[in-house]
Amino acid sequence: MSSDDNNHAQPADPGRRRMLIGATSAIGAVGVGFVAVPFIQSWMPSERAKAVGAPVEVDLRTIKPDQIIKVMWRGQTIGIMNRSKRLLDRLTGHDDFLLDPASAVVEQQPEFAVNVHRSIKPEWLVFNMHCTHLGCIPQVLAEPGSFAWEADWPGGFFCPCHKSKFDLSGRVFKGVPAPTNLIIPPYSFIDDNTVIIGVTGAA
Amino acid sequence: MAKPASNLKKHGLELFNWFDKRLPISDFWEAHLAGYYAPKNFNFWYFFGSLAMLILVMQIVTGIFLTMHYKPSAEEAFASVEYIMRDVQWGWLIRYMHTTGASLFFVVIYLHMFRGLMYGSYRKPRELVWIFGMLIYVLLMAEAFLGYILPWGQMSYWGAQVIVSLFGAIPKFGGILTEWIRGDFFIADATLNRFFALHVIAVPLMLLMLVVLHLSALHQVGSNNPDGIEIKDKKDADGIPLDGIPFHPYYTVKDIFGVGVFLFIFAFIIFFSPELGGLFLEHDNFVPADPMVTPIHIKPVWYFTPYYAILRAIPDKLAGVMVMFSAIVMLFLLPWLDRSPVKSIRYKGWINKTLMIMFAVAFIRLGMLGMAEGTIAETYESRFWTFIYFAFFGLLWFFSKYEKTKPVPERVTK
Repeated sequence: MSSDDNNHAQPADPGRRRMLIGATSAIGAVGVGFVAVPFIQSWMPSERAKAVGAPVEVDLRTIKPDQIIKVMWRGQTIGIMNRSKRLLDRLTGHDDFLLDPASAVVEQQPEFAVNVHRSIKPEWLVFNMHCTHLGCIPQVLAEPGSFAWEADWPGGFFCPCHKSKFDLSGRVFKGVPAPTNLIIPPYSFIDDNTVIIGVTGAA
Repeated sequence: MAKPASNLKKHGLELFNWFDKRLPISDFWEAHLAGYYAPKNFNFWYFFGSLAMLILVMQIVTGIFLTMHYKPSAEEAFASVEYIMRDVQWGWLIRYMHTTGASLFFVVIYLHMFRGLMYGSYRKPRELVWIFGMLIYVLLMAEAFLGYILPWGQMSYWGAQVIVSLFGAIPKFGGILTEWIRGDFFIADATLNRFFALHVIAVPLMLLMLVVLHLSALHQVGSNNPDGIEIKDKKDADGIPLDGIPFHPYYTVKDIFGVGVFLFIFAFIIFFSPELGGLFLEHDNFVPADPMVTPIHIKPVWYFTPYYAILRAIPDKLAGVMVMFSAIVMLFLLPWLDRSPVKSIRYKGWINKTLMIMFAVAFIRLGMLGMAEGTIAETYESRFWTFIYFAFFGLLWFFSKYEKTKPVPERVTK
């Protein structure tokens, strides 16, 4: 290597220098890309978080007619509502005001809940209570007219965060921020009095 | 007895010179303080830049002391904040300094930004000063949001739930992205822990770097002034701007007066009304986080409410989120939207003056609506002001170029 090769301003072979700079930068960028993966991945739910997702059993005998209880399943608040005949009668007659009255959006419920009551047994509504807008828990305003601003309120759920409204089957009304009906989780009945959330088609 | 003193002075000077040869102390002093010439016609509106720096330092110092007692876990966070408030000696004062500082930071930043808006401080050649400033503002909002999660009260929890879910509106990747941000399938301990890390180290480091860039860019092009004219265009024989005065001592002294007034207000709030009626510290956040119950009236802290009102005004998830974010993006574009031949509002015509007042009113009114309950009437009003907010940028683009302006003086005025 002669001293001329060390001349910074005028390399003997400019193409070679450019190639070496390019190659070094490219390899360096690939290296940075690879090293970034573990850091980005470390933000995903940990193995421990993933393991905490066991099904939840609920004894239905404790829930009186028109009453709702909340249980936690996979960190989500699941509502279980015992809808009397009186409330079930109010699921019809407002289809025109609903965005998806026939539960056509497939991801929002298992197949067994594609019906007007959005459940296996008409009276038992088992649903993920988190608003499909930004995840708040709607208030339960089951009685008609219990909603101060709307005289013809048929009864349902009202999200305090951004004013989304759902009927008593968790079907979203038109003209609110929530884009879809409330989610129905997978669940099934172990026997007449016990529901298990997180498992479909249990005996 | 004069001798020892002069010896001391001599040795002191020698010591200083030893350092100055090895570190550009006097160069820095000259470039950024004693030899930095700022326009001589700064007014009241020019207090807020230095005040923002002061608050940044206070937030860092009080923040460091709070981390010494705070526990970033879902189990312990709420109790540890109460521990700071009740049991740590002077803990209440340090925490109230931090919470009040956060709100006043936004007061000062909003006034600082409005100053830029009025006097065209974002115009050529100060586009980068404005861009860096906007980045600071965005990071500051992130920092404030992350900090608000830490007490793990009801508002912390549900605020996090709402804001993180905003990313869920992104088609296709929304679900995985929110999972990635939360580190769990819901707002959980993992979320709190990482938000703590971001709040105390990641974002503050970025903020400090951006402040350096903001000031470097400013000192490269020089400060604007209420007349919006370039003092560098008129220089004396020594190359010093005729309308410039050295930042030190003139503006350091002026700013110290501003600091005095500011600290008076700051102390008054800390000692007499640290919650400021639920405006600075919301009532629901004195209830521990409960993932099963959303507070009846959920709203963000006051400095986010204009954007929150915009989000609520749009009856569609993805569109709402996009409109809300574009409300901030529009501000980034100001240097290129304003095409007026003059910088300062002083020499613009009545249409541009009206536009600016409309914009300010829209921002304040949206802020008020964002705090309100959100009745149907309020939703419609939010839509109106959202429209005005965005119309400002379009109308500014049009009228700034075509409206007749007043003649700009050669030299700065009073």
